[in-house]
Amino acid sequence: MTGVLLFGIYVFVLAIFVGFEIITKIPPTLHTPLMSGANAISGITIVGALVAARTTHPDVATVLGFLAIVFAMINVAGGFLVTDRMLKMFGGKKK
Amino acid sequence: MNEAAHPVVLVLYLLSAVLFIFGLKGLTRVRSARRGNAVAALAMLIAIVGTFVEMGTFDPWWIFGGLLVGGLVGSFAAVRVQMTAMPEMVALLNGFGGAASALVAASNLWLLVIQPGVPVRAFDVLGGSSAATTVLSVLIGALTFSGSVVAWGKLSGALFDKPLLLPGRHVLNLLMLAGALVLGGWAAFAASDLGTIAILVVVVIVLSLALGVGLVIGIGGADMPVVISLLNSYSGIAAAMTGFVLSNNALIISGALVGASGLILTRIMCVAMNRTLANVLFGGFGAEVAGGPAGADAYGPVRSGGAEEAAMLLEAGDSVVFVPGYGLAVAQAQHTVRELADLLEKHGKKVTYGIHPVAGRMPGHMNVLLAEADVPYEQLLEMDVINPELKNTDVVIVVGANDVVNPAAMKDKTSPIWGMPILEVHHAHSVVVIKRSLSPGFAGIKNELFEYPNTMMLFADAKKALQEMVREYKVIMG
Repeated sequence: MTGVLLFGIYVFVLAIFVGFEIITKIPPTLHTPLMSGANAISGITIVGALVAARTTHPDVATVLGFLAIVFAMINVAGGFLVTDRMLKMFGGKKK
Repeated sequence: MNEAAHPVVLVLYLLSAVLFIFGLKGLTRVRSARRGNAVAALAMLIAIVGTFVEMGTFDPWWIFGGLLVGGLVGSFAAVRVQMTAMPEMVALLNGFGGAASALVAASNLWLLVIQPGVPVRAFDVLGGSSAATTVLSVLIGALTFSGSVVAWGKLSGALFDKPLLLPGRHVLNLLMLAGALVLGGWAAFAASDLGTIAILVVVVIVLSLALGVGLVIGIGGADMPVVISLLNSYSGIAAAMTGFVLSNNALIISGALVGASGLILTRIMCVAMNRTLANVLFGGFGAEVAGGPAGADAYGPVRSGGAEEAAMLLEAGDSVVFVPGYGLAVAQAQHTVRELADLLEKHGKKVTYGIHPVAGRMPGHMNVLLAEADVPYEQLLEMDVINPELKNTDVVIVVGANDVVNPAAMKDKTSPIWGMPILEVHHAHSVVVIKRSLSPGFAGIKNELFEYPNTMMLFADAKKALQEMVREYKVIMG
């Protein structure tokens, strides 16, 4: 069990470093889109939500999973779309 | 990773993680940002497809019902939201991410520990790592949710903007955190009675929700850029914790990326205010610096004028810099600013915008607003770029900004904002400050800029003042 945990911590720490490395300098124009885009990515928890709601015999766990899907999907759909809307605005008058 | 996971699923998750990294990288450059966002969305789709492959058979009603409801609500909100309401939208989305992560962890606990109905410790079923991270996921997810809802309330005006500073709030918050951790630990490792576990988890959720409220309620409006970035980071960490619960690397990686990105933004915001994160979170800035007088009577003679005088200054000048602040967003004056700027440019004047990193209520707030009004982003200059140029600027028009242009930050060592980098507009030949009254800014301190001989106060609503300036300027120019 500690092996699984340790492996997870490896992945977690390395991914944080990757995050710090790729997001070095952000122009202020992109502060908001980066935040809303990153937020949409945190909707990845939907992967867990789907598994949680799959049971064929609905129980408390299924209802919690269903709510998780709703919240995560609002996050995913809303986050990516609103980010695109903002970025379209930024690119619109480049010429 | 799940021992039972299909190799195809693992490859899809890996592909998804790689694409998230590319997408996030793309989001950090103007040229590639839109594509980066699309790549991240594709990565999400791949991860979801991977999950469907992994699940095989499932009851479609709950799943597709949830996807449909969430997808419709999210899309509708994204399409309809006003650009001026973007801070509220982002705050709320952060919160939903946190809530989803907490719900997944709680659902997993219910399914595996409580539902079977056999008295057992969560630790024995889930294993130590999963049991501990279940508690963390619920804790961080729930406090992200309630903290974000409070932030949303403050930003949308549903709640009071000023910090609410309860006596002993730090002790109270600390007790709630300790309580949630201890009771969570009991539920995860010690309790074997299922009823007890369920009650403990509910108490942990309630404590975490209260903690989120407690942490954010004491923070004022102008510190919101820091708070929103931090909650953004938390929503990622909560997802990563859920990844630990489910032993799912896709969640751990993506959550960690979001956590890192939110932390970087948080740091940028803190540096822009010359304050530490601890100071923002625990300082209760604004209400505690009640020492100095700050109302209108704190000021000596102040020169005030009307739109006509401002228009004359503009007519005489060759270079104009607009400095927008939260007041611009409140008055929804971004389009009027653009109108005035267009007019000035038509008469050969050089127009730029000086943007302070913490102007407004979220990182990049002013950029979003001005972009909505079609202001070319090349004209939006960062603090370091615009400051050396302000000496040679004829007219600076400050629209609804206050503390970010207060020279006290450079000159008065006793000032609470001493050391905060500011836009040095007082170096310009003339400064027009559009403001409704002499009421203090968020920091609750006097702005000596208003007394400077080269400053003219224009007391009015930002939008009305700018409209009148457009009119007067047209009259002057014939």
